Amino acid sequence: MIAVLLEQALNGLQLGVTLFLLASGLTLVLGIMRLVNLAHGSLYMVGAYIAFTIQSASGSFSLGLLAAAAATALIGAVLERLLFERLYQRGYLEQVIVSFGAVMFLDELVRVLWGPLPLKAPMPEVFDWSVELLPGLLYPTYRLAIIAVGMVVSILLYLLVTHTRIGMMVRAGASDRSMISALGVNIRDLYTAVFAGGAALAAIAGTMAGPIYSVQIGMGESVLVQSLIAIVIGGIGSIRGAAIAAVLVGVSDTIGRVFLPPGIAQITVYVFMAAVLVCRPRGLFPAHV
Amino acid sequence: MSKIPFLRIGPPAIPAFFWAVPLVVVLLAVPFICEALGQPFYLRVASRILIFALAASSLNLVLGFGGMVSLGHAAFVGIGSYVVAVLAWHLSNEVPVLTWPIVIEGTTNAALAWPAAIGASALAAFVVGAISLRTTGLYFIMITLAFAQMIYYYAVSLQQYGGDDGMKMRGRSVLPGLDLANRTTFYYLVLVALLLCIAFLFCLARSRFGLVIRGIRQNETRMRALGIEPYPYQLTCFTISGAMAGFAGVLMANLDTFVSPSDLSMARSDELVAMILLGGVGSLWGPPLGAAFYILAQLGLGNLTTHWPLAFGPALIIVVLFARRGLVGIFGERQR
Amino acid sequence: MSRPALEVEHLNKFFGALKATDDLSLTVEVGELHAIIGPNGAGKSTLISQLSGQLRPTSGHIRFFGEDLSRRSMACRVQRGIVRSFQITSLCREFSTLTNVALAVQARIGHSFHFFRNAEDDPLFTAPAQDALERVGLGHRAHVAAGHLAHGEQRQLELAIALAAKPRLLLLDEPMAGMGLDESMKVVELLLSLKGHYTIVLVEHDMDAVFALADRISVLVYGHCIASGAPERIREDPAVQDAYLGEDEADARSA
Repeated sequence: MIAVLLEQALNGLQLGVTLFLLASGLTLVLGIMRLVNLAHGSLYMVGAYIAFTIQSASGSFSLGLLAAAAATALIGAVLERLLFERLYQRGYLEQVIVSFGAVMFLDELVRVLWGPLPLKAPMPEVFDWSVELLPGLLYPTYRLAIIAVGMVVSILLYLLVTHTRIGMMVRAGASDRSMISALGVNIRDLYTAVFAGGAALAAIAGTMAGPIYSVQIGMGESVLVQSLIAIVIGGIGSIRGAAIAAVLVGVSDTIGRVFLPPGIAQITVYVFMAAVLVCRPRGLFPAHV
Repeated sequence: MSKIPFLRIGPPAIPAFFWAVPLVVVLLAVPFICEALGQPFYLRVASRILIFALAASSLNLVLGFGGMVSLGHAAFVGIGSYVVAVLAWHLSNEVPVLTWPIVIEGTTNAALAWPAAIGASALAAFVVGAISLRTTGLYFIMITLAFAQMIYYYAVSLQQYGGDDGMKMRGRSVLPGLDLANRTTFYYLVLVALLLCIAFLFCLARSRFGLVIRGIRQNETRMRALGIEPYPYQLTCFTISGAMAGFAGVLMANLDTFVSPSDLSMARSDELVAMILLGGVGSLWGPPLGAAFYILAQLGLGNLTTHWPLAFGPALIIVVLFARRGLVGIFGERQR
Repeated sequence: MSRPALEVEHLNKFFGALKATDDLSLTVEVGELHAIIGPNGAGKSTLISQLSGQLRPTSGHIRFFGEDLSRRSMACRVQRGIVRSFQITSLCREFSTLTNVALAVQARIGHSFHFFRNAEDDPLFTAPAQDALERVGLGHRAHVAAGHLAHGEQRQLELAIALAAKPRLLLLDEPMAGMGLDESMKVVELLLSLKGHYTIVLVEHDMDAVFALADRISVLVYGHCIASGAPERIREDPAVQDAYLGEDEADARSA
């Protein structure tokens, strides 16, 4: 029993870490630029496909990871300059539809380039084994590696946001947007950088998910919604809130699926979200005053 | 609620009627035109457009009139569809829907199934609205989206009813006095339903309730200062809209005699928003126009290439970025 | 003397460490025009917001004809008859001037869960609304969209909306803010005509207007009421002169 619980808790943590990688970029885009970007899940997908291709060609998982992060960051920056930059002054409706159009385009582009069938990304050899955590509990080291990478990225992100000048501007922007211009920063570049950074994190999440789940069209949709839930629970614009809520969502979803009857399991996370919002309509850690 | 800069509302001015008369004449003639062309398929497309027009109009009630940006409206449409299909499934498999506390048998009788479906959608909208409307702005958008996904995944988990693949119905609902299996009869039924709903929205927009709802969108603080608490009005608006969406779902299930989780997916919700945005937010004829434009454009591109989304996605983006007022702006519906 | 219309007792409002309202007490008698003055940042608007229910006080009591309303919602207070106008114009900009006022009538008459009958042209609402517009001198602009009115006209519309709600207590937050001299004169005249018929709390910067209009004046400094009384008494009060009047009158003269 304890072994099952531990295994599922670790799986939940791994999902939570993945969600956090998406949610951290998205919550900043929402909090600072006030942009509803439904295409963030597509960046996760695009990252996974690019990594798959590079990894297949070179045989190196880490090269795939780096290339996917860099390429997706570039795609994110282009999307931001080409489309989303025009939408900051417009309503949420237009943002929703423009990003929906971008999702349509990217999904179809992937279908043209890689075909409609799901791909299975190869497990990196270093992690292609399991470790016995408890007597009778073999746990894949790859999942542990994801957790570790997620933790490291989270800590780096935390240091970036709390200890650097750019991080200070981002924090100022998330709690009060007018602050950024008061600091005399080039807002345009800052926005593009935040967007590109978020895209890179999404690509890392997508790449790491590749060997566990399959790489396929629409793979970004369910994680996008789950990370949006994490953002809402954590409070829009709050990285700390996103981190805590992502782990909560990941663990409760995973454990729910194992121990609750189907039908109920699918909705545990949403009930959790509703409960939080009834008590705290602006999330657990509201960044905006 | 979020401020959407370019939203305009329609107490529809005279130009709307100017277009409405010839439009209705053309709509009445569609079955004959399709017959004359020997293309019954077109009649199906026309019915589909009208049903989507109804669904988009229902969303427009919360989104355009009330300023509540709901991203999960397909869920309420889908619930309407599923209730009709599920009741029919239970009839044909001779399994009661419920045995406790009361026995509920399946049915294809429209007089029973349709009100049940509309009621279920209204109830779902009431519950989702009651929770979501406690929040505003971005939170509201995200929460409506999340609840719709919840309902979507719930539908996927219903293995008995086909799960991910959906389920086929044996036929359309039975409505005494009308042969719904006849495609022309069905088309006219859908047309009457749409026109009635638009007439209802027309009255609603200028009623006391409508003025309050539109006032809340423009200036919530002002309405509070007048002694009007927005929440009950917004929730009522959301529920009415959900009921109307459920009705659209009823018709959709009957048109296709098929339901699947994709009927209540996020993409479907986005499509409804896109139709409103294309047609003109907050205007009476905008969403129907947008629905027609959207479906015909999709169909036209689909005939040219299987990779139509490669063109459709960017086209959607360009229209949204540059045609700010939507189609009604072009057709000259002006505001007083 | 009969029961006062409004009693404010030991009201406090803190924003973090900032005391916007500091142990503030004052009373407003029935039928009087009570002006509230004070230097910028004295907490006048914060007080109005707490009286109208937009802000919750941190502690203290607000009694309206004896009923404690300190924790009640804005809507509830409007139903009791406390109606405010906004310092920064707050209108439904797409609606016509008439509809803006008619909504106030509609809200006063009862709930608005009526879904079918056309209310936009219903004389039940438009007739009193038109009256209110005439009263503030906007009768000829009834069918213009509120967003298209000139600034001064929007201020007048604010007043018409407040009047249409049939207030038992009218809270006016700088009704003359941003108006030209002519327009201000009109508003002063209007307020004079309202005086005696309504109980009014007036926040205003224009000292000439305040001393011409007010029955009593309360002076706020740093969220605290330092003096309250008839205009002559306030004019003579050394503490008030010290804190406020001297410099402001000098400002007024040089302007």
